Amino acid sequence: MVKVTLDNVSKFFGKVKAVVDLNLKIGDGEFIALLGPSGCGKTTTLLMVAGIYKPTKGRILFDDRDVTRLPPRDRNVGMVFQSYALYPHMTVYDNIAFPLRLKKVPKNEIDRKVRQVAKLLRIEELLNRKPSQLSGGQQQRVALGRALVKEPDVLLLDEPLSNLDAKLRVIMRAELKKLQKELKVTTIYVTHDQVEAMSMADKIAVMNAGRLQQYAEPSELYNRPANLFVAGFIGSPPMNFVEGSVKEVNGEYYFDSAHFNLKLSSEIGELISSKTSEVIMGFRPEDARIIKEEQPNTIQGKVYVVEPLGKDIIVNVKVGEILVKILTRPGIEIMPGQDIWLKLNMNKIHFFEKQSGKVII
Amino acid sequence: MGVKDRLFPIGGTALILNILKYIVVIIVAVVPLIPIWTMILWLAVQSFSGKVILGIIPSDFTFKNWRFLWSPMKMGLKEYPNIWPITLNTLFLALGVTGLVVFISTLGGYALSRMEFKGRVGLMQFIIALHAFPSIILLIALFVILNHLGLYGKGIMTLVGIVLIKAGLEIPMATWIIKGFFDAIPWDLEWAALVDGCTRWKAWRTVILPLVLPGIGAISIFSFLSGWSEFLLVFTYVKDEAYYTLPVLIYHMIGEYKFIDWGMLAALGLFYAIPTIIFFSTSQKLLLRIYVGGIKR
Repeated sequence: MVKVTLDNVSKFFGKVKAVVDLNLKIGDGEFIALLGPSGCGKTTTLLMVAGIYKPTKGRILFDDRDVTRLPPRDRNVGMVFQSYALYPHMTVYDNIAFPLRLKKVPKNEIDRKVRQVAKLLRIEELLNRKPSQLSGGQQQRVALGRALVKEPDVLLLDEPLSNLDAKLRVIMRAELKKLQKELKVTTIYVTHDQVEAMSMADKIAVMNAGRLQQYAEPSELYNRPANLFVAGFIGSPPMNFVEGSVKEVNGEYYFDSAHFNLKLSSEIGELISSKTSEVIMGFRPEDARIIKEEQPNTIQGKVYVVEPLGKDIIVNVKVGEILVKILTRPGIEIMPGQDIWLKLNMNKIHFFEKQSGKVII
Repeated sequence: MGVKDRLFPIGGTALILNILKYIVVIIVAVVPLIPIWTMILWLAVQSFSGKVILGIIPSDFTFKNWRFLWSPMKMGLKEYPNIWPITLNTLFLALGVTGLVVFISTLGGYALSRMEFKGRVGLMQFIIALHAFPSIILLIALFVILNHLGLYGKGIMTLVGIVLIKAGLEIPMATWIIKGFFDAIPWDLEWAALVDGCTRWKAWRTVILPLVLPGIGAISIFSFLSGWSEFLLVFTYVKDEAYYTLPVLIYHMIGEYKFIDWGMLAALGLFYAIPTIIFFSTSQKLLLRIYVGGIKR
């Protein structure tokens, strides 16, 4: 097992900047997720760690060893591809044994290891089949087996669950996480699905347009997003954003949007106005309460549509021109068109600079 | 009348339309085959008939026409012990061409499909353009080259020269075809092999090559048949009858002597067609796939 360090790594394809100045430190045995929308450079990053792509700039270190120029075969990494990339002309057994055969491991040793991995992944009865005779979930296990059998220093997973059906995905999520904790192998997991990243990873690196947005633990990402992109990307339903400005009137601070005023505590008010006045306020759908009578410091709105999810309800509320989503428990009677008021949990609201999108608080 | 009724007319109209459809199919696809099959059938029947027949009804059953398989055959002043030396020459030419074409075009096709280098697209266009010129325009220039290389009029070495020329003419198209097969293999597979511990060469050999076997099969068949049926180059450059190939032999059977043994010619024609028949009957699926293109997965 190794620590992986990406030191100012960039990758350009002609004029396209796929990854720009990426710095990441991944601890020994850590499970990190690279999260971002498609085309954000996360798979490119993974392929650079694997050695398939050479970085245009920067260095990649495994522990203190510079592997930037090493070909994939000299890095001892295991990788599961999104398509699984099983060799169609080989049986499951041969697929898993392939990396060991290349290492010239003795035959009985290969057999022992293949069976051990097959047992771990519960694919023992599939060993004589060809990949085309397997279901998606089975193929995924075989691909994982092939990556694990050579006891890699780093395990790279490129959207391994995206080709599975929803139910299997939830099961495999937990299994993968447990497996990783058991084997204690340093793991980099690429996904565009924030639920996968949040539920599995020790740390998440959120990427957008080739740049790292924030690298932190899941709870930190959720509760203290570094910028508008992270705030909007993490969480489902996403965070609500309202543009406005912070003003001081008679020593009291207000957030002033086109449709409502919100009184802020003086600490928050001072902090914001010391930096900028044009801001975007964000609050998560679960951090607002719906009340039916007007109270001081609430936001008036009109119910637009109600989406019941079983355990929760998403209430879409029209506040002036904008639509916000509020997550609430079933039980209160809410009808579309009804006038309601929103009481925000003032400890949990976020403010971002309008210009840069950077978080203020 | 609903939309469904209009799209699928019921009753009498539907039946008539269906019959019409089959009539059109038969006229277009089946009728043109009748004369071709009749001619082949005549060839088969004639080769076992003692007399010249003008139909497909055999008369005077005999194996005499096939005597070239075991007894000497005369052609002008030259007498062959039997047909086999000529067949071996033809096989040598066909297999030589196949070997060279497969070896070079699988390597070249991979490079064109997978590697980035300057002038890649230009090269591919050039390959297609090359194919537009018939080989006959190269005859004189090639003669000069063969002569310089000392391959002209040197017995078996002349056939080697022809193998080189023929392979050279076949390689561009074969490379182009096999490139399509390489294109169909996802990068992921090759990357997986690299991560698993292969060098690029090893990945090509152990993972990529087995997956383009259908393509290799297809270009082997094409190049074998084109070598097997090569006439012009052998006819032009080979002066020693000992190194004739079957197409040239058949030409001489028809062309230069007043008396034509129709029965033997038919048998010879059928004998000549045997590899073609074997190949096409065993590899129909393969050939269909290459015309449709790529690997089904």
